[in-house]
Amino acid sequence: MTVRTREELPRILKEAFYIARTGRPGPVVVDVPKVIQQALGPDEYPKEVNIRGYKPNESVHMGQIKKAVSMLKKAKRPLFLIGGGVNISGANAEMKELAERTGVPVITTIMGKGAIPTSHELYMGNIGIHGSYAANHAVAECDVLFSIGTRFNDRITGKIEEFAKDAKIIHIDVDAASISKNIVVDIPIVADAKLAIEKLLDEVPKLEIQAWTEQVRGWKKEHPITMENYEGLTPEKIIRYINEHFERPIITTDVGQNQLWATQYIELEGNRQFLTSGGLGTMGYGFPAAIGAKLGNPDTPVIAISGDGGMQMNIQELATAVTLELPLILVVLNNGYLGNVRQWQELFYGKRYSSTCLRYRRSCERRCQDSREACPPYTPDFVKLAESYDAYGIRISKPEELKEAFDYALSHKNAPTIIECLIEPEANVFPMVPTGNTLGDMILG
Amino acid sequence: MGMEMKKRYISLYVENRIGVLAKISGLLAGKSYNMDTLTVGETEDPTVSRMTIGLTIDDITFEQVKKQLNRCVVVIKVMDFSEIPIHKKELLFIKVSGCGEKDKAEVFRIAQAFGLEVIDYDKRRVLVQCVKTESANNDMIRLFNQTFPSRIETVRGGSVAIEAISTSEQ
Ligand SMILES: Cc1ncc(C[n+]2csc(CCOP(=O)(O)OP(=O)(O)O)c2C)c(N)n1
Ligand SMILES: [Mg+2]
Repeated sequence: MTVRTREELPRILKEAFYIARTGRPGPVVVDVPKVIQQALGPDEYPKEVNIRGYKPNESVHMGQIKKAVSMLKKAKRPLFLIGGGVNISGANAEMKELAERTGVPVITTIMGKGAIPTSHELYMGNIGIHGSYAANHAVAECDVLFSIGTRFNDRITGKIEEFAKDAKIIHIDVDAASISKNIVVDIPIVADAKLAIEKLLDEVPKLEIQAWTEQVRGWKKEHPITMENYEGLTPEKIIRYINEHFERPIITTDVGQNQLWATQYIELEGNRQFLTSGGLGTMGYGFPAAIGAKLGNPDTPVIAISGDGGMQMNIQELATAVTLELPLILVVLNNGYLGNVRQWQELFYGKRYSSTCLRYRRSCERRCQDSREACPPYTPDFVKLAESYDAYGIRISKPEELKEAFDYALSHKNAPTIIECLIEPEANVFPMVPTGNTLGDMILG
Repeated sequence: MGMEMKKRYISLYVENRIGVLAKISGLLAGKSYNMDTLTVGETEDPTVSRMTIGLTIDDITFEQVKKQLNRCVVVIKVMDFSEIPIHKKELLFIKVSGCGEKDKAEVFRIAQAFGLEVIDYDKRRVLVQCVKTESANNDMIRLFNQTFPSRIETVRGGSVAIEAISTSEQ
C-alpha cells in the first residue's frame, strides 16, 4: 500500500499489521514516500480495523467437520498430513491431542515439522521428495488423507496424478484459495487450523487401526534416514549433536542440502523451534532469521545451519549480529559446492557440473567433475571472515571436534561464532524422489 | 466439474484507487489466466469501482480465479455471473471507408436492419455504433468485413454486465 497523505498513515499502518498477522499471515508492503516520512501529524491509531475487502475467516462450518469425522470413522488406513498452518496457528497441543485421541499416524511437510513432537510414537516423518520412506509410503497406501494447513506443493506430491491415489482427501486450510488448487479434495474445510482441530476434538473417536499404524511404524523402523554410508563428519552427526546437547533450541536453516539434512535429522519438541524457508526457498534466509529469532528470544539458544553458498548471501549481517552482541551459533556446512544443485547435476545431468563448484577457477580443466585436495582454497575462509567482523570462528573436520567447537561457541556470550564444518564434498541427500516419480518410487541412496 | 472451456463473466467490486486495475490484471496475468475482456468504471459510490471480466475458461480454473480474486485486499466483492440472469452489452464502433453512394446506402440499410446507429459520416466514410452482446458484435464485424473487405476499422470496449431485475430476462 502506498501512503498518499499524512492523515491516512496511522490507519494504513494499523491495517498493515492487521493483515500481516491474521488469516494466512505474511508480509505486507507499506510504501511511505519521503514527504510523508517528514510530515508531522497525530500519532493516534484507529481503535478498530475495518477493511471491506479483507475479512479473515473466524468460524468453521460444522457440517463439513461432521462430514470429515464420519469419513475418518470409516477409514481403515487414515493418515494425518500436517503442514505449516498448524505451527502458524499455534495448534500444536491440540494436534497432539487429536493424534492421540484417534490413534492416527502423523506425517508432516517440512513447514509442518514439529506440529507434534518428533519423538512421538505416532510421528512418522516428513513427506516429500526428501521425505522418509514411511511417510511417502503411508501417503501412497492410505485410504483417508486428513490434511491440515498445507498447500500440496510439488515438493510433497511427486507425480500429481498418482498422489494419494487410493485416498479420499480432507483438507483444512484458512486460505480458501489453497484448497483444491493443486489437488482436488473430497471434503474442503475453510478454517483456522486451531479452531478446526478444537471442533474435531469434540467429535472424534478412537479408531481401530492398530494393524495399519504398526505397518507404518514398521516402515519407519526398517527404513530410517541415515548417512551411515558416509565417513567422518557428516551433517547427520552434526545435527544429532545439536539434538543431544541443546534443550529446545531455535534452529534456522538456509536453503539447499544443509536445509534438507536439517529437516531430516532435527528433533523438535514443539512450536516455532524450526525456521526454514520452505515455500520460496530463498538462500540467505537462515542467518538473518537467526538474528530475528535471537532478538525475540534472548534466552533461547539459536543455531543457524547454512551452506557455504547461502551463508555468503547475507554475510553482511555479521556486522548486525556483532553490533547487537548476539551470541548466535552459525553452523556452516562447507562442502565446497552449491550442493543441492550439484546433486541434481550429478543424478540427472550426467554429472556435468556447471557453476556449482565453489573451488572453481577459470583456468580449471573443462569438464572437471570433482574438487580435490589440490584445488584452490575455497573462498572465503570462514574463520578469517568471522574474525574480520570481530566475531569468532572455528573450523572442524572430524566428529570428535564437535564438542570443542560448540563449547567454543557457547563460551561467547555476546558475539556470534561461525562453526565451519568441512564435510564430504559430494554427499547427497537421500532418500530422494526424482521429479515426476510417484512418492513411493524413491532412490534410497 | 468439467475441463471444457466456457465463456464466463465475473463482476468485481474493487476499491477505486490508483493501482487497483494493475493489481487485478497482474494477478490474472501472473497466473496465466486468459482474460478476454476487462472493463472498469466508477460506481454510484465514488470510492468503489466495478469491473466486468470476461474469460473463456474451464470450471476448475474458474473456481481458482474467483478464490484468488477474493483473497485480494482491494477486492470488495466477487460476483459470478455464470449461472444467474444478467444483462450484458458491449460498445462497438465500426468505421467504413472508401464508400461510394451505393456503399453508404448499404451501411444505412444494415444499420436499420440490425438496430445499429449511424453516428457520423462524410463523403466517403460512415461511422456505425453497435451496442449488443459480445457475440452479436462478433457477427456485426463479420458482416461488415464480408460486405466491405479491407475497408473497415473497428474498436470495441469489452462487455459490461449487471444482474437482471426480472429473472426471465437474459
Ligand atoms: C537466492 C537463491 N538463489 C538460488 C537458489 C537455488 N538454489 C537452491 S539450493 C542452492 C545451492 C545452495 O548451496 P549451499 O548454500 O552451499 O548449500 P548446500 O546445498 O551445499 O548445502 C541453490 C543455488 C535459491 N534457492 N535461492
Ligand atoms: Mg554448499
